[in-house]
Amino acid sequence: MKLNADEQAMLDGDGAPGAEARQKAMNLLVRYGEALGAEKLVATNNVAGTAGSSSTFIRDYYAKDGDGERDRLFSRFDLDSDEATDHIPVARTFTCHLQTRIDPDHAEMMGTPSGAVEFHQEGQAHSASLGVQLLNTCTPYANGNVPVRGEHCAWMESSAVVYCNSVLGARTNTEGRESTAAAMMTGKIPYWGFHLPENRLGQHRIQVEVEMDSVMDWGMLGYFTGEAVEEEIPVLTGIEAPASLIRHKHFGAAAASSGGVEMYHVAGLTPEADTEDRAFGPNKPIQDLKYGPTERRRTYETINASGHSDDVDYIMLGCPHYTIEQIWEAARLLDGKRISTNTALWIFTARQVKDVSDRNGYTKTIEEAGGVILTDTCSAMSAAVPKGTRVAATDSAKQTHYLPAITGVEAWFGSTQDCVEAAITGKWKGEAP
Amino acid sequence: MSNATIILKGRGIVEGVAEGEALVTSETISGWGGIDSMTGTVVETRHELVGQSFKDKVLVFPGAKGSSGWSAAFHTARLAGTAPKAVIFNQMTTKVALGVVVMRTPTVTELDQDPLDVIETGDWVKVDGDAGTVEITKAAARE
Repeated sequence: MKLNADEQAMLDGDGAPGAEARQKAMNLLVRYGEALGAEKLVATNNVAGTAGSSSTFIRDYYAKDGDGERDRLFSRFDLDSDEATDHIPVARTFTCHLQTRIDPDHAEMMGTPSGAVEFHQEGQAHSASLGVQLLNTCTPYANGNVPVRGEHCAWMESSAVVYCNSVLGARTNTEGRESTAAAMMTGKIPYWGFHLPENRLGQHRIQVEVEMDSVMDWGMLGYFTGEAVEEEIPVLTGIEAPASLIRHKHFGAAAASSGGVEMYHVAGLTPEADTEDRAFGPNKPIQDLKYGPTERRRTYETINASGHSDDVDYIMLGCPHYTIEQIWEAARLLDGKRISTNTALWIFTARQVKDVSDRNGYTKTIEEAGGVILTDTCSAMSAAVPKGTRVAATDSAKQTHYLPAITGVEAWFGSTQDCVEAAITGKWKGEAP
Repeated sequence: MSNATIILKGRGIVEGVAEGEALVTSETISGWGGIDSMTGTVVETRHELVGQSFKDKVLVFPGAKGSSGWSAAFHTARLAGTAPKAVIFNQMTTKVALGVVVMRTPTVTELDQDPLDVIETGDWVKVDGDAGTVEITKAAARE
C-alpha cells in the first residue's frame, strides 16, 4: 500500500507527543489495508466508533500484563498493539461514540453489575478526555452527526453505515472497533470499497409490488433484501413516495442484519439513484427479483420464526434508537392507558432525544402508562431483558433477529401499534400482512 | 499420501502457518450476536453451524455478515483462547479483513478453486499465510 509523506511520518514515528499511539494506529491501518488489497489511505474527519468501551473481560485479560490502565488498554485492544503506550493523544478527527452496553441510569433494572457501571463511567470519561463526542447512539445521523454527500467517513454500526451511504450519499465501509480507533488517531482509513465511486453502483434489482405504508413494511422489505442480496447492492424499484428517515432507518437496519447490506438505492429517490440507470451505471442486474405479497408473507414468517407463545412478557421499542417522532407516537398510543402487570415496556433512544421527550412531557405520559425510556444502549447490546422474560415483541426486524440468539427469548415482530397493544393486554395479536 | 493432498493457491492476508481439522460452512457468519466469543460457538439461531465451536479448527466460510462488531467479537475470541487455528474465506469485506487481522490467525483468501467445493468438514487443512497456499488432506485419505 502506498503511503503519502504524512502517513509515512506517522508510521515511522516522529517523537512528538502521542507519536507512539499514532504509529501503532498506522501500523494497524497498513496491516488492515493490505489485507483488503487497498492501494492507499484516504483522509477522514468523521469517525463513529466505540473508542474506550472495553468490557471487564478485556480489562482483566490485559491487567495480567499490567496493562489494565485506560491508555494502555486502548493501545493493546483498540489499536491491537503488542506493547502498550502510556499516552493516547486527543483524537485528530471529529469522532463520536456509538451506543454502549450500559444505561447508567437504569443499571439496576437492567441487572448490570455495579462494578461494570463504574468501569463504564471511567471509560466514558476517558473517551471524553480524548475528544470523543458521547452521543452514545446507533443513530448519529439523527443526533447531530450528519455527513454530507461525498464525505469520507469511518463509521461502525451496520445500521448507521447503510444509512450514511444510501440515504446521505456519504462514503463509509463498515468499520470496526479497531479501525475506527486507528482512524481517530490518524485521520486516515483505507481507500477501498464504498469510498470508490465505481463500487457504489447497483448489483441487483428488486421490483417492489406491494404498498409500502409503514415502518413495519420497510422493516420486512429490508429483511427480505438482506437475505436476497447478502452484502451486495440492491436497487429498489416501484417505490414512488419518498420514505421518511424512520423508514429508511428500519429498512437499513434489517437489511444489514439478515444480510450485510451496506448500501442500497431506491430508484428515483436516494441521492445516487436519480434514475434506475444512474443507480446501476454500466452494471447489469445479477438478479431480477420481485417483492410481492408472497415474498412479504414469507419474510414475515421468517422474522417471526422464534415466536410461539402469545403471552408476551416484554415489549422492546427503539431499535435502531427511536427518534423524537417515534417517541411522540408511542406517547400518543399510551396516553391514558396502563400496560399489563405481566409485561414490561422499554423504549430505547439517544440521550438528547430523551431530553426533548422529557421537555415535551412524553416521558411522563409513557411512565404513567408503566413504560420506561432508556438511553445509550438497547437489549441486544446489553444482553439485558426484564427479569424472567421468555417472550419478547418488538417493531424492529433487526432486534427480532438478534434477541433470541443473544438472550435466549422468543421474539415477535410486528407494527408499533401491535407492540403497544401487546404491552397493554399482555397478549401478542400481531398478524401477517 | 501425495496424491491424496490437494494444494490451492491464493493470497495470504495474515501471516503464519497453522494446520488443523476443517470446519466448513456455506453460510456467511455474523460476529457480534452471531458467535459466543467466550466459547467460540456459533449462536445465530438459524445458522447451519449453530451450537458448533470453531475453536482450534480451520474455519472455512464464504465471508462475514451482520454487525460491525465482527472484528471485536473475533478479537475477543483470540483473548479467550477460542479462536480458530486458521481461516479461509472467499468474499472480501472490511468486517472479515479487520477481524482476521486482529485475530492474528493465518488467513488465505482469493484461492484458485472455491474452497467450499474442495474442503469438507473433517478434512485436515494446512494454511500458509506467508505463501498464500492451502494444503488439504481429505478426511477419507486420513483413515
